[in-house]
Amino acid sequence: MISDETIKYVAALAKLDLSEEEAVRAKIDLSQIIEYVNRMNELDTTGIEPMSHVFAYENVFREDVVTNRSERDVILSNAPESKDGGFKVPKTVE
Amino acid sequence: MDLTKLSALELGREIKNGQVSAVDAVKEQLAVIKDRDAKYQCFISVEAEKALAEAEMVQKKIEQGEYKNSPIAGVPIAVKDNICVKDMYATCASKMLYNFKPGYHATVIEKLKEAGAIIIGKTNMDEFAMGSTTETSYFGETKNPWDIERVPGGSSGGSAAAVAAEETPIALGSDTGGSIRQPSAFCGVTGIKPTYGTVSRFGLIAYASSLDQIGPIGRNVSDCATLLEVIAGHDIKDSTSVPDLDKNYMLALVDDVKGMRIGIPSGYIGEGLDPEIREAVTKAGKVLAEKGAIVETFDLDMADYAVPAYYVIASAEASSNLSRYDGVKYGYRTKEFTNLAEVYKKTRNEGFGQEVKRRMMIGAFVLSSGYYDAYYIKALQVKALIKKAFDEAFKKYDFILGPTAPTTALKSGNNLENPLKMYLGDIYTVSVNLAGLPAISLPYGIDSKGLPIGLQLIGDAFKEKTIIRGAYALEQTRPAIRPAL
Amino acid sequence: MKSYETVIGLEVHCELDTKSKIFCGCTTQFGGEPNTHVCPVCSGMPGTLPVLNKQVVNYALKAGLALNCDITRYCKFDRKNYFYPDLPKAYQISQLYLPICRNGYVEIETESGRKQIGIHEIHMEEDAGKLIHDEWEDCTIVDYNRCGVPLIEIVSEPDMRSAKEVIAYLEKLKLILQYLGVSDCKMQEGSLRADINLSVREVGSDILGTRTEMKNMNSFKAIARAIEGERKRQIELLEEGKTIIQETRRWDDNKDTSFGMRSKEDAQDYRYFPDPDLPPISISEVWIKQVKNEQPELRDEKMTRYMKEFEIPEYDAAIITGSKVMADIFELTADLCKKPKEVSNWLMVETMRLLKVHDMEAEEIHFSGNNLAKLIGLVDKGTINRTVAKKVFEVIFTEDIDPERYVEENGLKMEADDGQLRTVIENVLAENEKSVQDFKAGKTKAMGFLVGQTMKTMKGKADPGMVNRLLTEMLS
Repeated sequence: MISDETIKYVAALAKLDLSEEEAVRAKIDLSQIIEYVNRMNELDTTGIEPMSHVFAYENVFREDVVTNRSERDVILSNAPESKDGGFKVPKTVE
Repeated sequence: MDLTKLSALELGREIKNGQVSAVDAVKEQLAVIKDRDAKYQCFISVEAEKALAEAEMVQKKIEQGEYKNSPIAGVPIAVKDNICVKDMYATCASKMLYNFKPGYHATVIEKLKEAGAIIIGKTNMDEFAMGSTTETSYFGETKNPWDIERVPGGSSGGSAAAVAAEETPIALGSDTGGSIRQPSAFCGVTGIKPTYGTVSRFGLIAYASSLDQIGPIGRNVSDCATLLEVIAGHDIKDSTSVPDLDKNYMLALVDDVKGMRIGIPSGYIGEGLDPEIREAVTKAGKVLAEKGAIVETFDLDMADYAVPAYYVIASAEASSNLSRYDGVKYGYRTKEFTNLAEVYKKTRNEGFGQEVKRRMMIGAFVLSSGYYDAYYIKALQVKALIKKAFDEAFKKYDFILGPTAPTTALKSGNNLENPLKMYLGDIYTVSVNLAGLPAISLPYGIDSKGLPIGLQLIGDAFKEKTIIRGAYALEQTRPAIRPAL
Repeated sequence: MKSYETVIGLEVHCELDTKSKIFCGCTTQFGGEPNTHVCPVCSGMPGTLPVLNKQVVNYALKAGLALNCDITRYCKFDRKNYFYPDLPKAYQISQLYLPICRNGYVEIETESGRKQIGIHEIHMEEDAGKLIHDEWEDCTIVDYNRCGVPLIEIVSEPDMRSAKEVIAYLEKLKLILQYLGVSDCKMQEGSLRADINLSVREVGSDILGTRTEMKNMNSFKAIARAIEGERKRQIELLEEGKTIIQETRRWDDNKDTSFGMRSKEDAQDYRYFPDPDLPPISISEVWIKQVKNEQPELRDEKMTRYMKEFEIPEYDAAIITGSKVMADIFELTADLCKKPKEVSNWLMVETMRLLKVHDMEAEEIHFSGNNLAKLIGLVDKGTINRTVAKKVFEVIFTEDIDPERYVEENGLKMEADDGQLRTVIENVLAENEKSVQDFKAGKTKAMGFLVGQTMKTMKGKADPGMVNRLLTEMLS
C-alpha cells in the first residue's frame, strides 16, 4: 500500500530531498511499519471519542498584558543569515 | 572520600555541613568526566568554566545561609541535550541544531538554579529523542558503562550512562515512549517519568507534545524523588502544566508497602520476555508480598495496541514539531542552494538523520488527507481505550509491577537496520505515555551476562508517591550494584 | 451570449485590537523595527509553547454575537501545517474542526432591498510575519513582528452576487467590528484583509461553477475591480468552451488584472490536527451572557439615539455614525460644547470634504474632539469668523493643533472694535467714491464690493455681518 508515489508525496510534505537510495529504503520501512500499525483495525473503536488531550483541562488563559520587550539580538543570534534586522532567505516568489 | 561515588543527597548534605565545598564537588566531577568520558561518551558538551563559576557563587551563598531548604544545592547535574540551558548548546544530538544556543532557560533549569544545583554539561541522546539506543546521535554513540559493546538504551542514553559511570550523581532526561525508563534499566540506574503535566515542558525541545515529560535519573529512588520535587510544579508558560500539584514526593520515601495492592499484567511476563527478567519480576512480587503487600497477576487489556498507537501519534506530532527546522531561523542550513525550496529540502535532508526522516514521513502520512481518520483519529481512539484499561486496573491496584524492557542492554551495531524490531522493544513503556501516567524504572539485580535488569512500577495519574514508596521498599531489599568502571 | 450570474463568497481576516499577541506577551503594535516585537514563542524557537490570550476569545465572542452566530461551546485549536518563511513554526495555529462561531448572518442594503449574507463560520488564528523584498541583493528579509497578532477569520456563505453587494457586506462588517472595538479594520494597514472566492454560472442554474480565490486587494476599489475582472475572465473562458482551473490568483491593481499564483509544487495538504499544546476552550452560558451584557451600542442603536437625543436629522446621523471614529468625536465634542448641530455641521461638511481632499478613510481621522470644541467656542464667542475658522480647521484636521493657541500665534483674531472698523470703512468709502455713488444710484452689487474692500483692508479679520451693518448705516 505504500507506493513510490506515496513516498514522493510524503517526502514532499516533509520537505525532504531524498536520494534514490533513501526513497527505496523509505518505501520498505514505511510499508513494514504501516502494515504493523494497521493492526489497530482489530480493535472496535465505534463510538469512542478520540482522545487528543489526556487530562480534562480547559480554559487555560493569560491576561491581555504586554510583558515582553524587544530582544532582537537573542532572536537573531542563531540565524544562519540575517540582514537589516531580519532573517535572510532567497527571494520568495508569490 | 570520593565525592563522585556519593548519592546526590549525600553530597548535598556534605556540602551543607561544610565538609565539602561545591567547588570541590564540581572540580572532582569534572576530573572524572575528563578521565572517563572519552570511553563512554556520555556528554555532547561539558561546561567546565561555567560550572566552576556557578559553583563558586552557590558556595558563597550557602555560606551566607541561603539554599536552606534545598537538598541539592552545590550538587552537579547533567542535562539531556534537548533541554534548553541559556547560552549552552542544545543540539538534540542532531546536525540540524549542531550550533544552536538558546537565549532562554527551560523552566526546569530555572528551578534547578533556584535550588542551587550546578549544571556541568549536556548529555548525548538519540537524535531529537527518537530512538531506543542513543545510536542515532549525530555526535556518536554512548557506550553502556556495564559493557562498552552494548548500548545504554535511549533516548536519554547519555544521561543514564553518565549517572551509571559516576560522571554525575544525577541527571535530567526526557521520556516520550520510555526514554528515561529504558536507558535507566539498561544502565542499572533509577529513572522516573512523571505524570503528564507534572513537569513543565517549556524549554524542552518538543518531540511529541502530548507525550513528552522531563524526569530525573539518579542512582537511587531518594535522589530521583528529590530531583523530581525540585523540577515539578505548575508553569504559566506551559498550558498543559497542572495547577495545584502535590509534590511532596520525599514524604513517600518510606519502606512500607503493607496492604498495598499490586498487579502484575500477565501479558507483560509471557513470551517475548527474557526469562531472567521474568524471574526478577516474580522475585520482586514475592518480596513485596513478604512485606505485606497483596500481589497478583491480572489481564491488562490493550497491550498489543499500544505500540502502533504510539508510533502513529508520536510520529504525527513530531512531523509537525520538527517542521520549524528549515534553515531559516537557527541551526544548520545547506551550503549550496539556488532558491527557497532548495533551502528547505536540502537543509532538512542533510540535517536530519535516517530515523528522524523516517518518522517525519510516517507522521506526514498518517496526517495526510485520506489517511487522517484511518490512522491518526484511530490511534487517538485506541489511546482512549488504553487509558480506560489503566483506569480499570487502578480501581483494583495501587500500582502495576512489570519489566521495563523485554531484554537487558542490547549489543550495539545493528539495531537500526530493522526499525520495527526496535520499536517493539518499547512494548512495556509506551502505553504509560499514552495514558499520561507516572512510572519508575528501578534496577533489580543483574542477569547472567552481568547486565542490569530494570523493573517498572506504574502508578495512577498523579500518584507518584505510591510508586516511589513501592520502589523505595524494593530498593531496600537488593544490594546496590555498580558497574566496573 | 448567455446570461451569467456571479457567485461570490468572502474570507475576511480581521486583526484583533488586543494589546498583546494571541499566544505570547509581545505587543501587537503596528510597525516597529523588524523583529523588535518578537519573543522566542512567536518566532518559533525550539522548546517554546503557546499560552492563549483570553481577550482574543472575548473579542471573537463579541464578533460572533454581533454577527448573529451560534457559539461553539466546546472548541479547540488545530495546527495547519505548511512551509513558508513568514510562518516560523511551519504551522499556523488556527481552528478547523471546531471554530468558535458558526451559522451567522449580516444584513446589507441592496438595490432590491434588504438581503441577508450568511456567515458560515468565524474562527480564531494567529497572523504570520512579513516578507520584505530586498531589491539590492534580490533576496527576501523576514520580519516576525506581525507573527502571532490575533486574527479572526470570517467566512461567508457564497451569497453575494455583485461587487456592490461585496462592498456593502465589507462596509457592514467593518462598521460592526469597529463599533465593537475589536478591530480598527484599517485595510491600508492590513488589519482588514479580504480574499474573494468567485465563480460564475448561467442564470437559472443552481450548480456552483468552479471557483477561484483572489488575494492581494488592498482597498474596496481594488476589490470591486478584481471582481469585475475575474467575472469577465471566467465568462470569456466558458464562452470559449474552456474550463476554469480552481486556483489562487493574485490581483495586481496597477495592471488591473490577476495572475495565477505559481502553484506550489507540493500538495496543499495542511494535515490539520488538534494542537496538543493548547487545552480546549469551554464557553459557558455565564460567559456568553457576560459578553452580551457588555456589548457596546452598535451603529443602528447609536443612530436612533443621536436623532432623538441630539435632534439631528436621519441623514446626518447616518453619516456621523458611519464610522465609529467620527461618532466618537461627535459625542465628545457635543458633550464639551453642547452644540450638537454645530458639531454635526463641521463633521458633515468640512470633515467630509477634507477626507476627500486628502484621500483618507474616516478611520484615519486623528484630530481630537477637544480641539474641534475649542474651535466652535472661538466662533461662537466671535473671536474669529467662519472663513477664518474653516482655514484653522484645515490645520486641526491635519495636525490636531490647539486652535486657541494657533489663533493667538498667528494673530487671526477678528477685530471687532467698532471704532476702528468705522475708521477703516470711512477710508474705504473715501477711496471708492464711484462705488459709493453706484450704490446710492441703486446698484446693490456695489455694497458687496465695498464689503470686500473693507474685509481686504482688515485682512479678513472682521465679521462680515458687522461690516455690512456699519456700511449700510454709514451710507444712509
